[in-house]
Amino acid sequence: MKKQKLVMVGNGMAGCRTLEELLKLAPDLYEITVFGAEPHPNYNRIMLSPVLAGETKFADIVLNDLAWYRDHGIALHAGKQVVKIDRKAQKVVAADGTEASYDRLLLATGSSPFILPVPGKDLPGVIAYRDIADTEAMIEAAKHHSHAVVIGAGLLGLEAANGLKIQGMDVTVVHLADWIMERQLDKTAADLLQKSLENKGLKFLLGKQTAELVAGESGRVAAIRFRDGSGIPADLVVMAVGIRPNTALAESAGIHCERGIVVDDTLQTYDPKIYAVGECVAHRGVAYGLVAPLFEQARVCANHLARMGIGRYTGSVTSTKLKVTGIDVFSAGDFMGGEGCEDIVLADPSAGVYKKLVIKNDTLAGAVLYGDTGDGAWYFQLLKDRQNIADIRDHLMFGGHHVGGVGDVGHSGHNKAAAMPDTAEVCGCNGVCKGDIVKAIKTHGLFTLDDVRKHTKASSSCGSCTGLVEQILASTVGGAYQPADTQDKPVCGCTDHAHGVVRAAIRDKKLLSIPAVMRELGWKTADGCATCRPALNYYLISTWPHEAEDDPQSRFINERAHANIQRDGTFSVVPRMWGGLTTPAELRVIADVAEKYEVPTVKMTGGARIDLLGIRKGDLPRVWEDLGRAGLVSGHAYGKSIRTVKTCVGAEHCRFGTQRSMDMGVKLEKMLFGMWAPHKVKLAVSGCPRNCAEAGIKDVGVIGVDSGYELYIAGNGGIKTEVAMFMCKVKNDSEVLEYSGAFLQLYREEGWYLERTCHYVARVGLDYVKAQVVDNAARRAELYERLLYALQGYEDPWAAAVKQPGEYVALEVA
Amino acid sequence: MNDWKKVCPLDEIPRLGSRQVNSASGTIAVFRTAEDEVFALRDKCPHKGGALSQGLVAGKVVTCPMHSWKIQFENGEAVAPDKGCAKVYPAKVEGGLVWIAL
Ligand code: SRM
Ligand SMILES: Cc1cc2nc3c(=O)[nH]c(=O)nc-3n(C[C@H](O)[C@H](O)[C@H](O)COP(=O)(O)OP(=O)(O)OC[C@H]3O[C@@H](n4cnc5c(N)ncnc54)[C@H](O)[C@@H]3O)c2cc1C
Ligand code: SF4
Ligand code: FES
Repeated sequence: MKKQKLVMVGNGMAGCRTLEELLKLAPDLYEITVFGAEPHPNYNRIMLSPVLAGETKFADIVLNDLAWYRDHGIALHAGKQVVKIDRKAQKVVAADGTEASYDRLLLATGSSPFILPVPGKDLPGVIAYRDIADTEAMIEAAKHHSHAVVIGAGLLGLEAANGLKIQGMDVTVVHLADWIMERQLDKTAADLLQKSLENKGLKFLLGKQTAELVAGESGRVAAIRFRDGSGIPADLVVMAVGIRPNTALAESAGIHCERGIVVDDTLQTYDPKIYAVGECVAHRGVAYGLVAPLFEQARVCANHLARMGIGRYTGSVTSTKLKVTGIDVFSAGDFMGGEGCEDIVLADPSAGVYKKLVIKNDTLAGAVLYGDTGDGAWYFQLLKDRQNIADIRDHLMFGGHHVGGVGDVGHSGHNKAAAMPDTAEVCGCNGVCKGDIVKAIKTHGLFTLDDVRKHTKASSSCGSCTGLVEQILASTVGGAYQPADTQDKPVCGCTDHAHGVVRAAIRDKKLLSIPAVMRELGWKTADGCATCRPALNYYLISTWPHEAEDDPQSRFINERAHANIQRDGTFSVVPRMWGGLTTPAELRVIADVAEKYEVPTVKMTGGARIDLLGIRKGDLPRVWEDLGRAGLVSGHAYGKSIRTVKTCVGAEHCRFGTQRSMDMGVKLEKMLFGMWAPHKVKLAVSGCPRNCAEAGIKDVGVIGVDSGYELYIAGNGGIKTEVAMFMCKVKNDSEVLEYSGAFLQLYREEGWYLERTCHYVARVGLDYVKAQVVDNAARRAELYERLLYALQGYEDPWAAAVKQPGEYVALEVA
Repeated sequence: MNDWKKVCPLDEIPRLGSRQVNSASGTIAVFRTAEDEVFALRDKCPHKGGALSQGLVAGKVVTCPMHSWKIQFENGEAVAPDKGCAKVYPAKVEGGLVWIAL
């Protein structure tokens, strides 16, 4: 098939990101031509401020070098401005006469700085701040001149002022409003910010309206004069008073424009052959000026250009962060509050900390943070997810580590990414330091957590440093950082669908195998990947027990081999000890097995049972056979499944025991044998509130009291300790089984893969769980029944492996 | 010169799966794709030596079970941004049997 022609006008951040996404989806669909008015390949515009501040160089902020265009067969016309679109002939014409015809046209012309219409605006020495040429002009001016005036105290103006100060100029910031960054900050935060910028040597003139720029003898600008008659010397004037979407080209071709080029949710303009993305666009009446929303647009636009036709862009919530080294300001959403809103405020002026949270209808509507922005990413996530915060309102102000949840760093006190030295270790699992992460972000132009994970490995293992990595990302790229919308986040790169959508499709369309799901939902890869296949497999078997196919090849090796892989490729076997109980006969068999198969390490696990570590894969079936003869089944010490039920000695022996906890624990573990779940599930039963079995940090914790049992749920003792929450009190053993079974079934049906109970309950709310499991007897009975049905007839996989040892044994060739 | 060795009947390797093969040249992982193509790599991840034969197979790539590097069957290279290479052995299916060349 002959390739279609795609022409892109505007070689900036939004346009090139669209091409990158498109090339991933449909590398061979188009012959691509790009026109860019700037004589450069695509660079990272947001890093102009660090270039101006002398922290990095232009060469380091190029995002797509010339080789990238060449390697993808893209014809690049750098330095050529398109002046005409001929929609009838389907071609564009550049100022120098170069023409290109198109089947699809992509407009990504960005925006232009707004220039105040005052006398003297065209004088030499008066510039805007938009591109590398402006940045270089400022660096050059600083070498020969001394008085800089920046008009406009928004994000750009302040970054320009800071850079010029570092370049050695005397800098005054002139601003019309009564406080700086009035579109991002309330007055209190702005005043604090102004003070710290003044400490860096910047001067401010607020409430001043520029009347005129006055030329000196050389013809260059020499002074600025205000409406009130006053004035100050200025031999460099930087206008940073706002931007205007570049719509002139589109308008001249008769394409409908309002504030920007009007597009629908698929980024299509009124001409179906023409798409538009970036700052030049008006989507649902909004023109964005930060890269994060533009990248979302790019992803959707690419999908439609690739003719996959899924995905809609529905608008973005944005957040702001100032990129001035040593100063932390963050704002997001509706931070001024007003009608129907409540504010929670923390102000500690002498420590330089101010935080304001705006709450509306039990959700976070906006946030302003000054001085300590460590929780910015966490607040932003709550805001974007529109999560109900009623339950956590009391501690909301104290940040994620007090509440738990996404964006949490796990180790409180560490949440000041900006203040960390470059040598500080951020990711303990992979040994990645802060400096490595910052460098990767800058040199590879990374914008998302996933990108950072791929390039540095930080946060890609246990995930406890995720919050910290997000903070480093946010403080390095400013407002360009956009945490993924967890509610809508695709399962992985193989699909645009989120977990919730996939679960619903499997249920509603009764899909029974992984290929069926992939076909139904238009998976982009033939076999999926190591991220989505295990998730799909779980969703299938949990939604359609005894009907859906369980695919061993879509399970992680531990679940496929029914044992834990070790770093040297051997395996460990953990015989199940129901409720932590064992017998001399069992211990004897374990000892025999350890000797017979030369098990190098025998250890008590943290789950109160014995681990045999270092068994060769080929020996596994025979080990299980020996153990099985003594009635021992193996423990799922590895799977997204029931793990252990820890117990204390309880009323059976203990002088304080109120309930028979060992007996209760064994009953629970036997009931749940063979249960797969979104993540691992651990329980504990203690015989009295002294709680020797540590029930307070389990997915389900049971504590015996004189009148029955208290049930706690959603605890976690792992990466980040979460104390379990009280769900209800029950009277007897059978109620313990029913209520905990119903809760676990709810989690099994609604949890997203790799979400532990603590994360699931944080997402849906404790009240919701109680409404389903405690208050609604019919619903509870249904859930419990479905759990028992799913678990019925579970075949012992170790016995099966003993009968069919085939795949455990290595093949031999001579 | 390459010396073709018989490994096993094709159906002893699961689709989207693999088997470990001991040979005079060390342990080799033999993979079978969804399309019944076979590939062989040295069973040692270029990262920290994880057993690739125990990984999850998708397309012509295996994800190492240790730290999730993705290794490509055709050239043994890790998928970017990771860098490293596992030795590739020629492999084929002939007459329902899997062969590798050492
Ligand atoms: C064997 C054991 C350590 C020991 O020697 O004591 C162990 C070993 C591993 N744990 Fe654990 N955990 C063990 C008890 C625990 C406990 C304590 C407990 O169960 O009471 C915890 C904290 C309690 C909890 O989970 O809430 C624990 C929290 C973790 C976590 C963090 C989970 C979290 O949600 O935060 C991981 C990582 C994961 O699952 O993603 C993990 C992962 C692992 C893995 C499976 C790592 C891996 O993916 O390979 C380790 C396997 C080692 C191996 O090769 O055998 N292990 N792990 C313990 C087995 C208990 C058992 O008999 O089943
Ligand atoms: C100094 C500075 C700091 C910033 N800091 C941040 C930050 O911290 N966080 C954040 O999120 N955002 C920041 N931004 C904003 C961010 O850079 C922009 O939102 C983003 O670059 C817009 O992308 P775009 O592709 O729409 O436009 P651009 O990147 O501006 O690209 C448009 C390109 O099209 C070209 N063009 C226009 N018309 C034509 C034509 N007719 N023919 C050919 N070419 C044409 C232009 O020359 C330009 O190169 C910053 C911007 C600046 C200037
Ligand atoms: S056993 Fe658990 S804590 Fe110990 S090294 Fe392994 S994962 Fe980490
Ligand atoms: S050993 Fe394979 S990814 Fe680390």
